[in-house]
Amino acid sequence: MSMRTPLKFLAAASLTLSAGLAMAFQPSGKVDCIAPADPGGGWDFTCRSVGKVLEDLDLAPGSVQTINMAGAGGGVAYAHTVSKRSDDDQLLVAASTATTTRLAQGQFPGMSADDVNWIGAVGADYGVIAVAKDSRYQDLPALMDALKKNPKAVKFAGGSANGGWDHLKVLIAANKAGVDNLPKIPYLSYNNGGEAMTQVVGGHVDAFTGDISEAQGFMESGDLRILAVLADQRLPGKFSDIPTAKEQGIDAIGANWRGFYMPGKISDDAKQYWVDAVDTLYKSDEWKDVMKKNGLMPFHPGQGQFEQYVKTQIDDIQALSKEIGLIK
Amino acid sequence: MDTLNYLIDGFGVALAPHNLMFALMGAFLGTLIGALPGLGPANGVAILIPLAFTLGLRPETALIMLTAVYAGAMYGGRISSILLNIPGDEPAMMTCLDGYPMARQGRAAEALAISAVASFIGSLIATVGLILLAPLLARFALTFGAAEYFALFVLAFATLGGITGKNPVKTILAAALGLMIATVGIDLSTGVQRFTFGTLELYEGVDFIIAIVGLFAVSELLVFIEEKAGAGREMIKVNKLSLKWKDIREILPTSFRGGVIGFISGVLPGAGASLGSFISYTLEKRILGSKNRFGEGDSRGVAAPESGNNGASSGALVPMLTLGVPGSGTTAVLLAMLISFNITPGPLMFTQNADVVWGVIAALLIGNFLLLVLNIPLVGVFVKLLSVPPMYLLPMVTMVAFVGIYSISHSPVDLYFMVAFGVAGYVLRKLEIPLVPVILGMLLGPEVEKNLRHAMQISDGDWTILWSSPLSITLWAIAIAGLVLPVIVGPILRRRMKAGAQPD
Repeated sequence: MSMRTPLKFLAAASLTLSAGLAMAFQPSGKVDCIAPADPGGGWDFTCRSVGKVLEDLDLAPGSVQTINMAGAGGGVAYAHTVSKRSDDDQLLVAASTATTTRLAQGQFPGMSADDVNWIGAVGADYGVIAVAKDSRYQDLPALMDALKKNPKAVKFAGGSANGGWDHLKVLIAANKAGVDNLPKIPYLSYNNGGEAMTQVVGGHVDAFTGDISEAQGFMESGDLRILAVLADQRLPGKFSDIPTAKEQGIDAIGANWRGFYMPGKISDDAKQYWVDAVDTLYKSDEWKDVMKKNGLMPFHPGQGQFEQYVKTQIDDIQALSKEIGLIK
Repeated sequence: MDTLNYLIDGFGVALAPHNLMFALMGAFLGTLIGALPGLGPANGVAILIPLAFTLGLRPETALIMLTAVYAGAMYGGRISSILLNIPGDEPAMMTCLDGYPMARQGRAAEALAISAVASFIGSLIATVGLILLAPLLARFALTFGAAEYFALFVLAFATLGGITGKNPVKTILAAALGLMIATVGIDLSTGVQRFTFGTLELYEGVDFIIAIVGLFAVSELLVFIEEKAGAGREMIKVNKLSLKWKDIREILPTSFRGGVIGFISGVLPGAGASLGSFISYTLEKRILGSKNRFGEGDSRGVAAPESGNNGASSGALVPMLTLGVPGSGTTAVLLAMLISFNITPGPLMFTQNADVVWGVIAALLIGNFLLLVLNIPLVGVFVKLLSVPPMYLLPMVTMVAFVGIYSISHSPVDLYFMVAFGVAGYVLRKLEIPLVPVILGMLLGPEVEKNLRHAMQISDGDWTILWSSPLSITLWAIAIAGLVLPVIVGPILRRRMKAGAQPD
């Protein structure tokens, strides 16, 4: 046994070396995917579904194991990645706009976006602004005009914390529409989008800010009127009737992307391997099928552009958070 | 007829082979847990939650298993009451009164069988009530705005005294402790950190599940270690069962009344199973008048509290599922589990998670049949378990708790917290401070705070919004009644309970 293991290791090492001529990095054995939340949420879904497709496409040699590591809205997993596994090249961590929001607002103390490698996005959920069916607001400009006259005129309900992504979407739209007094706009934070929506449908709060996937149920039942989707262009399929904010003259984009980062000290070759792997996955029919079934919309900055996208997003959120006085 | 369709779909979910298997497993484990003295349904569910996570169960499967555990624990509670005169859990206390005398008269098997039948009837009645009433209550819930929710949660706090009752000051103290723990973490309404001391693990506050497992299960271990419980306790031999139809017919009316009373007290948040079994017993005693031999081994004296507490346990699911307000300690635990599965209990559950809700309701019905079938022949097996020395049993329980909690978030910090909660739970028990209000404080505190602030935001700081709708005024009235009445009625009830608890 004691003889055989090093032999095997040597054999594996030489194999890797010879393979290295063709491809610089090949993962071997198990790949870990950390979902920085409890089972059932978006990050958990990202890890599990991507893990499965990576296995099916043979982009990961062994199994991709999802590990749930909840805490601090992803901060515990971020700290774990930065401090304990900084050179682990077989570790993916699920991330989304919630991660960049917290990084931008300094909620992961002592850590920044430069501490990890941003690998790629596999889709997005787009922001919506909606009202109850009997609301007096028929389109987004009407709602924004009311805010311009009195920033307290419309109260928003959303599923994120104050200053979180749902709140920021309102501010992004209001900012682009030319509303002055952003910090004055009332935002009511609920435990999740569903709870926030009942309050809007029940007539207790004026407007809902959330993601299109959350609003689908009440939209289909006719209880909720979606004023605008915060996307570049109209969404495909059954969402194609919903106007974008852009076509209503308010150039606001709110994409809640889903993707991955990896530890910061992995080799360039390993990083390139995984960037390519996510690229291949995104283009595969298997993944398109997953997206369709789960209401995930197209979103995938091309090769090498994701890192830049993340940094720009962080800068934008930082500027906005400063403007509303959330950070100094 | 929507209800019927949903229920049929629910049966489809609950009868799926793997769900049925977990229901059976839950029913069995629940009965075992219920039979272990002191390890009540709340503890049982809390201990098995990590198991659900470890096995990576889907939400509906996990919930089905845990509801079966819940129902099973209510069945199991009676076993040690009857055989050892030690209630397996709080609500089984009243079963001791006639169950133990029956066992001493050599009718232990009959007592166990009769109580199983009564438990079945009680649960069945309450589950039917749940099916009929729950959707009605769910439709009503859209009318709840921030002000109404605030009044509702105040109501839940006001009736808290009914749960443990003995010493109101200690109950308030316990609830205040829970409220204090609940303030830790990032405040959602402002994004400000409270009491996190820069520790990342505290950003999202203290996890209910860690607190529950620590407070109940780990402290249980500590108490057991101290008492070396179960050593050399005398066991009563279980005779061969000779149950006649006449015996069952005799307890039927009692069981029906008990089930209805149990359901009603279960639906009221804060009343719970102990109250259900107590009222059922005392009322039955009065109805039967001079015809009863309650306290001397009357089979109806076993049937009444058992149908009452099982009715209440199903009834308590009504406010939990429709409003997100737990009616008992165990539903508080179940509620925490739902939240950790990212399911919001409340009106939306019936539309957004219809498969989960109706699967659970169907599982409750199926679970009751399973439990009846399990309980009568397996009485002997359950009795054997009572003779397993705690020195073997408890390390296993503790191991399950540690592995389970670690598997939720892979954070050793959670284990430190669990142990800390265990020690705190031990101290609280020594001081006779009830543990359930601590959990309720943790669960309801953030809701009270959030809804008050929302109400203020909606009204631009006008306090009158809190009592501006008929619904909120009604809730305030009930809350005030719930706060004031126990002070008047409580001592009277307690005196009767004491009188009832001395059979000779």
